[in-house]
Amino acid sequence: MSRPELQAPPEIYYGDSEAIKYTNNTRIQQIQAEMTYRALELLNLPPDEPAFLLDIGCGSGLSGEILDEEGYLWTGVDIAPSMLEVALEREVEGDLFLQDIGQGFGFRPGSFDGAISPRPSSISVIQWLLNAETSHPTSSPPHRLTRFFTALHSALRNPSRAVLQFYPTSDDQVQLITSIAQKAGFGGGVVVDYPNSNKARKVYLCLFVGGGGAAQVPQGLDGEAAEEAGARAKFEKRRQREVRKERSGKKKAAKGKEWILKKKDLYRRRGKEDVPRDSKYTGRKRKTVF
Amino acid sequence: MVRLITHNLLACHVKGCTSNNFPLKLQDVQIALREAEFNEDFLRGFIPRLEWGALVQAAREVGDDSLPAEVPEMLDDEFLKQLHHVLLEIHIDEGSMVCPNCKHVYPISSGIPNMLLAEHEIG
Ligand SMILES: [Zn+2]
Repeated sequence: MSRPELQAPPEIYYGDSEAIKYTNNTRIQQIQAEMTYRALELLNLPPDEPAFLLDIGCGSGLSGEILDEEGYLWTGVDIAPSMLEVALEREVEGDLFLQDIGQGFGFRPGSFDGAISPRPSSISVIQWLLNAETSHPTSSPPHRLTRFFTALHSALRNPSRAVLQFYPTSDDQVQLITSIAQKAGFGGGVVVDYPNSNKARKVYLCLFVGGGGAAQVPQGLDGEAAEEAGARAKFEKRRQREVRKERSGKKKAAKGKEWILKKKDLYRRRGKEDVPRDSKYTGRKRKTVF
Repeated sequence: MVRLITHNLLACHVKGCTSNNFPLKLQDVQIALREAEFNEDFLRGFIPRLEWGALVQAAREVGDDSLPAEVPEMLDDEFLKQLHHVLLEIHIDEGSMVCPNCKHVYPISSGIPNMLLAEHEIG
């Protein structure tokens, strides 16, 4: 079975129709949601403090919608214009940038409280850095990884973390990636969830700036077959906690009607209430000033 | 969409362009206004991260001159509401961001800035 990221870089692989199909796939939505909650957990942000996050390889905004829901402000970067267009249509709240992270980026030092990249293998950003190649010497994977980690380290606050999901194919690859991240100034390491399950195994590069607010790399989740169901139950619990927090007024102030409608629509799109999904996204009217 | 909060964090990343590469000048912009949720804690926490002069300048470039030249000592409600509007409710849909140093143009089209560099511009 060949993996999509080995066939073509994402900006080619995800044409317009692919981007829409991808985004509307319920299974993909669920997987992205689970990965996003886990990445947020590993970020270990101080509780009840607002945060500004960077979503690397934000794609069509499936993870961004969860960041919106959780009350985070964010900026997303992606190499695939068709995916970004879908994200725009879906009216995620974050700013979206067309960017090849292998070229580095220009966010000022200390811009973000954390960075996440909760991605399935088809759009894993580390894989993107490893596989993209042209004949130009500065386009080699080590160069691209170096530019990316250096720019990322600088853009993050001290202390903070970056949690990047990846799909290493060998120990050498892990070694290459972590050594370049270390040279760029990061601490941290690799977190493996469900190491004994082929299906549920997930690998995260958990990078610390300035200690990342903890002395040790977090532990991976463990357990055998119950993994996915178990993980989902956990997220549901967390979600219920969030709802309770919101109800008791701890998390956010009362929301406007428009906002609530939008969130309802969001849940509907993700198939939470048994409402048929609407494939058309209704655009809110925007007031053009100039 | 580019909001001024993100614009305020963005410097030019062209190879060798390391000084006077911020803020990117906003040119020929079309903006849209979208209501955003007011979050006082976020704003208070974010102010130290802002380059204030750059924010005031960028706001003027998109036609908003409501911000004071300096951050006031007293962060009252009126000021925070104004800051909220400038940072989070003004969206740049079209136009370009131009580096004051190397003059690289980052075009913004349909709300998405193109930050891709040519091979010779990569550091
Ligand atoms: Zn420049």
